[in-house]
Amino acid sequence: MNTDTDAAASIDIDRDKGDFHYDVEYKHDAGRGLTEETIDYIAGVKGEDRWITDFRKRAFRIFEDKPMPTHWASEDLKAINFDEIRYYLSGGDAPKRSWEDVPDEMKETFERLGIPEQERKFLAGVEAQFDSEAAYSNIKAAVSDQGVIFVNSSEGLAKHPEIFRKWFGKVIPSGDNKFSALNSAVFSGGSFIYVPPGVKVKHPLQAYFRINAEQFGQFERTLIIVDEGAELTYMEGCTAPKFETTTLHSAVVELVAMKDAKIQYITVQNWSANVFNLVTKRGLAHENAEIRWIDCNIGSRLTMKYPGVIMKGRKARGEVISIALANDGQHQDTGAKMIHAADETTSNVVSKSISVGKGRSTYRGQVHIPKHLKGCKNNTECDALLINAASRTDTYPAITVRGNQHATQHEASVSQVSEEQIFYMQQRGLSQAEAISLSVNGFVNDLVREFPMEYSVELKRLIDLEMEGSVG
Amino acid sequence: MSSIEIKDLHASVDGNEILRGLTLTVPKGEVHAIMGPNGSGKSTLAKVMAGHEDYQVSSGEVLLDGKNLLEMNVDARARAGLFLAFQYPAEIPGVSNANFLRAALQARLPEGEEIDAVAFYKQMYDRMDELGIDRKFTGRSVNEGFSGGEKKRNEILQMTMLEPKYAVLDETDSGLDIDALKVVAEGVNAMRSPERGFLVITHYQRLLDYIVPDHVHVLSGGRIIRSGDKGLALELEEKGYDWVKEEQLATT
Ligand SMILES: Nc1ncnc2c1ncn2[C@@H]1O[C@H](COP(=O)(O)OP(=O)(O)OP(=O)(O)O)[C@@H](O)[C@H]1O
Ligand SMILES: [Mg+2]
Repeated sequence: MNTDTDAAASIDIDRDKGDFHYDVEYKHDAGRGLTEETIDYIAGVKGEDRWITDFRKRAFRIFEDKPMPTHWASEDLKAINFDEIRYYLSGGDAPKRSWEDVPDEMKETFERLGIPEQERKFLAGVEAQFDSEAAYSNIKAAVSDQGVIFVNSSEGLAKHPEIFRKWFGKVIPSGDNKFSALNSAVFSGGSFIYVPPGVKVKHPLQAYFRINAEQFGQFERTLIIVDEGAELTYMEGCTAPKFETTTLHSAVVELVAMKDAKIQYITVQNWSANVFNLVTKRGLAHENAEIRWIDCNIGSRLTMKYPGVIMKGRKARGEVISIALANDGQHQDTGAKMIHAADETTSNVVSKSISVGKGRSTYRGQVHIPKHLKGCKNNTECDALLINAASRTDTYPAITVRGNQHATQHEASVSQVSEEQIFYMQQRGLSQAEAISLSVNGFVNDLVREFPMEYSVELKRLIDLEMEGSVG
Repeated sequence: MSSIEIKDLHASVDGNEILRGLTLTVPKGEVHAIMGPNGSGKSTLAKVMAGHEDYQVSSGEVLLDGKNLLEMNVDARARAGLFLAFQYPAEIPGVSNANFLRAALQARLPEGEEIDAVAFYKQMYDRMDELGIDRKFTGRSVNEGFSGGEKKRNEILQMTMLEPKYAVLDETDSGLDIDALKVVAEGVNAMRSPERGFLVITHYQRLLDYIVPDHVHVLSGGRIIRSGDKGLALELEEKGYDWVKEEQLATT
């Protein structure tokens, strides 16, 4: 197969859907670079309370103090120039409840991405963020009538301070890592959701994060609290146009599932190849609660993302299901963190990665079960598929299980799509790209089924598109 | 024109010439058998026809109904009507038999046209029944964990579904039990038509009792050293290849 050379062309993947941008007049622009003044500017625009500005500034100092984690992570992080990045850009309008009222460029952006259509078809509510702030935010009356709150983070902070403050920064402290500190300093946008006890939200709530501006940093902050016995599925999608310069996306997502609650958090990211995607996601599961992260990472230059669950209550369950596709020039550094902090807690990690051309995928897992607990279970499976000889995968599982009253299982596999397989499929009339797509889809098929139907179709299309681009 | 024509074909792998001036024509409507000692180049011929990258063609031609196959890539050759039943079929984990067949048929349709799923399944089940393949094989990954005989039957299933103009069967009989051999032979015979040509590679004259060839060729040292009717296969069975090789030496 001479795809190694052809794969170099893959950076030009036809991200037909996401690769466009509009020249937008931003009313608020914090300029380039990050100082205390940047934070004051953001706080001023938002008209925030003092405590939150102090929180931001404390986080900013932590960010400055922490070194880049290049001692364990990719050296490529050094390519981020924090002085060139623009930290806050917005049109200055409050999010609209109706698409009619959304400014034209933003409305057209989301129409091209199919958001209003998806909303009509199968969503209970949508928030659409354009650069730093939401342009649109709406929840169906039937859902809000049940007491469900679905707003952006600033509105959550302003209107629901008692719930917001109780949990904000508690699951992921600012100092968790350099990028959670950065997010805590300059966060803007993201969702705040509260689901009252016993309310089972039937249809998913969705957020869409769109980067439009060049050399921009998007730092949304999401906090979801699902109260006792309640259930929620939340989906997020993200895209950005293809720029020559680097763009930074660094989100923090905190989930809280109270007793018997269930949260399913689904991500389908399709970043362009200039995006550094450095995201911290963690959930806190109380007694008998369940948190599932279903994560699909396509695109970006470097993604570092290890969704986690802290199982704090007895019989709590945590799950991470992830698909990562690293094309030429991309590095998907993903994994899972499972912290068992109560008896009879169960965690499950299933990760599948695909590396194409010189693409690289890394799995980092952490499973922690302390000695004093009883009856905990973990299952970890990570499978890697390599498409070309130059493709690369690494696995760093760190399973610390103390005590002997637990059941853990770990399986890992690496397989390669062989030339003989491709030849065989081509002999049946499939093009090389179709053959590879078929293999890749076969490889991830069982995980794709975990996504809601509307997303799994989109996923399959995205994978096909990636493969088309990668084999030229 | 309506034939596969191989003219003075030279091909090598890693610098070793395996095919050394092979000439052979299989017209539509005919079944030609190729026999020959181990390592004589039979599978090499099949793979060169199909376009495998490991083999370099230094000279010669392969024409399918007049079209130069050697200029086409592997999948274009397949879509032009060439089918190869592999001596050692590859396993494709994760891809179900049904999905694979469907994708292969879909690849033959013009852009924008979708396969009729109901008709597809009906046809597939009919063919599987004829070939004695259990229907649960539709959901299994292509060839993965199949027994040797199951793989060979699966090759024939694919052939009957894809309805090629020319089929090269590389030792499809090897590894088949007697009953399976009959079933597979019936499958091939049912496909014989004035519109289709077959090149059947085998070591055993027994297969040719079931699939009766119009011509038999002996491949040795990378070229056809003798051709005859089905009687030649019987003679080979009796006397072995040395006999032909010696005759060949005597005449050259
Ligand atoms: N990919 C390859 N790399 C190296 N040598 C090869 C390769 N393919 C074929 N050969 C060599 O070419 C010669 C012909 O092989 P081929 O498989 O065509 O023989 P065959 O006639 O099909 O034999 P058999 O009856 O055993 O199937 C053998 O010596 C074989 O080792
Ligand atoms: Mg052979």
